[in-house]
Amino acid sequence: MLAINNIEVVYDRVILVLKGVSIDVREGAITTLLGANGAGKTTTLKAISGVLHGERGEVTKGTIQLGEHRIDGMRAHDVTGLGLVQVFEGRRVFEHLTTEENLIAGGHVQREGAVVKQGIDLVYSYFPRLRERRHQQSGYLSGGEQQMLAIGRALMSKPKVVLLDEPSLGLAPMLVEEIFGIVDRLVRQENLSVLLVEQNATMALGVADHGYVMENGRIVLEGPADKLRDNSDIKEFYLGLNEGGTRKSYRDTKHYKRRKRWLS
Amino acid sequence: MSEDLEFAFALILNGASIGLMYSLIALGFVLVYKATDAINFAQGEFVMLAGLIVAVVLGFEGAPLIAAIVIVVAVMIGFGFGLERVVLRPLLGRPVVAVIMATIGLAAMLRGLGPVIFGSETRAVSLPIGDEPIVLGPASLPPVQVLGAVVAILFFLAFSWFFKKSRMGVAMRAVADNQQVAQAMGINVERYFALAWAMAGVVSALGGVVWGSMLGVDVHLALVGLKVFPVVILGGLDSIGGALVGGLIIGIVESLAAGYLDPYVGGGTKDFAPYVLMILVLMIRPYGIFGKRKIERV
Repeated sequence: MLAINNIEVVYDRVILVLKGVSIDVREGAITTLLGANGAGKTTTLKAISGVLHGERGEVTKGTIQLGEHRIDGMRAHDVTGLGLVQVFEGRRVFEHLTTEENLIAGGHVQREGAVVKQGIDLVYSYFPRLRERRHQQSGYLSGGEQQMLAIGRALMSKPKVVLLDEPSLGLAPMLVEEIFGIVDRLVRQENLSVLLVEQNATMALGVADHGYVMENGRIVLEGPADKLRDNSDIKEFYLGLNEGGTRKSYRDTKHYKRRKRWLS
Repeated sequence: MSEDLEFAFALILNGASIGLMYSLIALGFVLVYKATDAINFAQGEFVMLAGLIVAVVLGFEGAPLIAAIVIVVAVMIGFGFGLERVVLRPLLGRPVVAVIMATIGLAAMLRGLGPVIFGSETRAVSLPIGDEPIVLGPASLPPVQVLGAVVAILFFLAFSWFFKKSRMGVAMRAVADNQQVAQAMGINVERYFALAWAMAGVVSALGGVVWGSMLGVDVHLALVGLKVFPVVILGGLDSIGGALVGGLIIGIVESLAAGYLDPYVGGGTKDFAPYVLMILVLMIRPYGIFGKRKIERV
């Protein structure tokens, strides 16, 4: 569905951030992209969705293919029109708009008002809580509701591919569970393809079919999600378990992590 | 009604109608700020430019007013689009200060080029509404003030509807809220910027007609732009309703100051009273009466 082929991203014409990243997002499945802070996960998503231009970043090598369209170098609003949408890290709802106005703005690529109305109803059916808050200014919604709104808003453009950037950020574990459950349902019922960036590796590998691990602007590991879950390095760094499967002290992990890198 | 009350009533009514004419110009400023976050220091010059164009078109023998209005609206829309394309788009993603400096430069340029191209004499814009004052109880208003007030209210209603109810209006507010996210939602941000400038152009065009008719058209017409700042700071930089209410308050304060204080100090209070009010407002409500507050969730 979405194929990222060996891309390089340069900021400000000099800073090389992504050094040849290839990712394949399969249709109707969740693919996850894991990695530490600053590994380049978010940059990868921005490169795909096209918002990199506004940040003086540029895809200098490689290709990004969405279905039959080549989308690297395209402007963000055109990419969204082709059926790919990004849900930003930290929710980023339009704070001064109401919940419903956020959804209307999300459906901007739809020509007809009737389609937007249907879209709003669909979003409310997946996130009933948003219906209760429909006329409230979205800046005052709770964190969980804002995350639901950010996902719902993205759905308004009737996307085929959704890039989800850290939907678990700053949310209570129960809410994370709820949101992941809904995402999982969306993927199955609406035939979405999702590229999920996460710090919460347990959660991500639980719902994903396939995973990639990124470090320092490169993909260092990839495989089916269940294989990755059994990988000893992943266990060590992301799941916080030691060889025997028991919990490790965070202090040890942190200490060890400082020393060991896959690439150095 | 006692004579004192009648005097006060006349002052308030007169101030309100002038105030609504301030609102009209402030609307242009607010539209741009709302969508693009840019502070347009050339708003007064926009009005001057529009006034000049109307006066020049009307200068041709037998040119009907309606033609002049159509032409000035068209030219100002074109001017808005052109300005966005040539001056502001290259500044996209730069600090806000860059845009502010650009508009200040633009203002100076328009003030200089206006007389160079159109001559520096004061021109009249005569509207076919007569000079007979419209009498409302103890107050009598020049017809052009009433016309200006009506135009301001019509624009206010139209833009309120646009931003609240239309999908384009909602998209424009989304752009104002967060450009990057708006872009990712499929909204062509630059197109909406251009639209905002064009809308400011339309408002300025009508502002040029009514203000030009009231004051006469020359470079000094641009000075009405200065009144925009107390109005929008009082009402809130990004609030359409704020521009209306702010304009009303500033107009009334001005008129009352002129009526009650001028006899004691020998005149001129009208010109600074709005700014005193502006400073007070800044101390108490820095975002204005209706301006959007920064939302902080704890």
